[in-house]
Amino acid sequence: MTELGREGRLADNIMHFARALRATGIPVGPGSVLDALKAVETAGISRRDDFYWTLHSVFVHRREQLDLFDQVFHLFWRDPKLLERMLGLSLPSLAADFQDHKDPVARRVAEAMGLGDKENQPQEDELEFDMTMTFSDQESLRQMDFDDMSAEETEAARKAIARMRMSFERIRSRRLTPSSTGDHIDLRRTLREAHRSAHGIIPLHRVRQDHRPPVLVLICDISGSMTGYSRMLIHFAHALTNDRHRVHTFAFGTRLTNITRDLRNRDVDLALSKVAKRVDDWSGGTKISGCLHDFNRDWSRRVLGQGAVVVLVTDGLDRDADGGLAHEMTLLQRSSRRLIWLNPLLRWRGFEPRSWGIRTMLPHVDAFRTCHNLDSLEDLARSLSGEDRSPDEEMKRWLTAA
Amino acid sequence: MSLPSSIDATVALLESADYVADRSLATSVFLALTMGRPLFLEGEAGVGKTETAKVLASALGRDLIRLQCYEGLDAAHAVYEWNYPRQMVEIRLAEASGSVDREQISRDIYSEEFLVRRPILQALEDHESGPPVLLIDELDRTDEPFEAYLLEVLSDFQVTIPEFGTIKAQEPPIVIITSNRTREIHDALKRRCLYAWIDYPNAERELDILRRKMPECSERLSAEIVGFVQSLRDRDLFKMPGIAETLDWAAALASLDAMTLDSQTVDDTLGVLLKYQDDIARIKGTEATVLLEQLRANMATKAAAQ
Repeated sequence: MTELGREGRLADNIMHFARALRATGIPVGPGSVLDALKAVETAGISRRDDFYWTLHSVFVHRREQLDLFDQVFHLFWRDPKLLERMLGLSLPSLAADFQDHKDPVARRVAEAMGLGDKENQPQEDELEFDMTMTFSDQESLRQMDFDDMSAEETEAARKAIARMRMSFERIRSRRLTPSSTGDHIDLRRTLREAHRSAHGIIPLHRVRQDHRPPVLVLICDISGSMTGYSRMLIHFAHALTNDRHRVHTFAFGTRLTNITRDLRNRDVDLALSKVAKRVDDWSGGTKISGCLHDFNRDWSRRVLGQGAVVVLVTDGLDRDADGGLAHEMTLLQRSSRRLIWLNPLLRWRGFEPRSWGIRTMLPHVDAFRTCHNLDSLEDLARSLSGEDRSPDEEMKRWLTAA
Repeated sequence: MSLPSSIDATVALLESADYVADRSLATSVFLALTMGRPLFLEGEAGVGKTETAKVLASALGRDLIRLQCYEGLDAAHAVYEWNYPRQMVEIRLAEASGSVDREQISRDIYSEEFLVRRPILQALEDHESGPPVLLIDELDRTDEPFEAYLLEVLSDFQVTIPEFGTIKAQEPPIVIITSNRTREIHDALKRRCLYAWIDYPNAERELDILRRKMPECSERLSAEIVGFVQSLRDRDLFKMPGIAETLDWAAALASLDAMTLDSQTVDDTLGVLLKYQDDIARIKGTEATVLLEQLRANMATKAAAQ
């Protein structure tokens, strides 16, 4: 790598190219960047098509990635200064190139490279400048409230959510798994191995109890007051559903809908459009107690069976203030392993649990958290992983405030 | 006894063992028997899912093999296990007698007499009375890995034991799987089965069941019990009483020598019928009295109409 290392420019450009690929959704790790450098060094850069196929052989792993790679390659290597200029401001000429493209792949590449469709949002020039940064740097996005995001920022946040990998608190299952330090002796394996050993010593093989992640149930409020957040939370749910086995998602406004199956689709856009078709009370009113009642009656026994963690996403502003809410919350808490309430209202520094609905629900939850930006979602992921036990203190504070 | 030749024959067969099935269940049972497919029964607790398998076994004169599922159920408990303590004793004995032919020992200790047969393996073996009824009870309690294993067994009805060989059923057993729906069973497994949802029985059928199972209850008391339970199921309860609860309640009332229902008796015995404190608190007292009065009025009009 000596030559490239000294030259510097090409290595940098390959690294930036890899980042551009990553932004379009092709998984490219630092390892493949190093591989690419080595490969380019070996193959040389005298011919453009050789260079193309060299990078292609390192970065592309699946058939779906062919088109994306092709477009990113031609766009990126046409002008070596492209990236710098992109980071500076948009390129009108290139953007014009891309406006003609109607096919989604080209759009994704354009978006990934920060060449969004400007004509639709002329008033958002300032924000867009911010956005061109985000494909390489998510920092500014992390603290931003979901409700204040522009369409493109929302898109970037969605991508960030899709990339979140969560470790979950694992609960002990009764299934046994091999372990050198286990408590029980695995006789089946011990005897089988004993046959193979030539000497007279039989080494003992051990097993211990396995751990499994708990079932996760998300109940999402999709009423008018929650619009910005619930859409994002459904993205979060989609990421979770595709990440692990047992996640159930429900959406409620004025009535409860099970959207688990729709979210199983790996493609997030397809999944979301299916959800949109199924749910017909987007952005309407809320009937929390009624919907929780339906959940408790129809679903709690079906999905909360094996120690489920329930995440309830709502602002707690209940329109129909009948007396059943406390009762339904008690039932829900009792039938779940842990009940976590996510309330975007918590983002306000001076938030106090004054509303009737919030005061009623608060005593029945195990954790009370916010969910208004990417950081808070990562907090939630951490809380689900069981690392973070501090919310108990926080719960006490909330309860005294209520 | 041979398999029923029609749906009517299936109804009759089940009735001969005092199981009053509705038409939809009888159809599913008939199809499962003739097509040789597993029958997947779902329904609330206490509607008679397990009973279906038991009755089928006794009516057909087949053996019933029951596999009760629980979390962490694995092949060692569901299919087979080697009898390790005996194997070790055998090895020790072989050593003591001085024979150290490893091949021979290994053949000896992995032979049939050291094999502990668990329900699934038992079900695949030949039975004198014909293929047995294999009841896989409360499948929703297990985890996905077991479901996946079961899928394999149910598709070719054979089990491979590495040290021993493949055991294949000459004739596939009659498989009945039940689930209380505490979680969703994977579609791949359901696809291989015939599905039947067992609902709460209607008044007529429930009365029929009660007459058969509890002949000591007077006709009037039976009618009242069924009327009361049926009206309870219209209420918004957390857990509705199943047919099992109805029978328990009838037995409780019979042992209290009740001739007819009154609010006091209902209040005292409500715990037999409803198993959640919230439900009991809601029904006890006024609500129960109202229900009883409505029931009386209904029965009076019915009697007048006849």
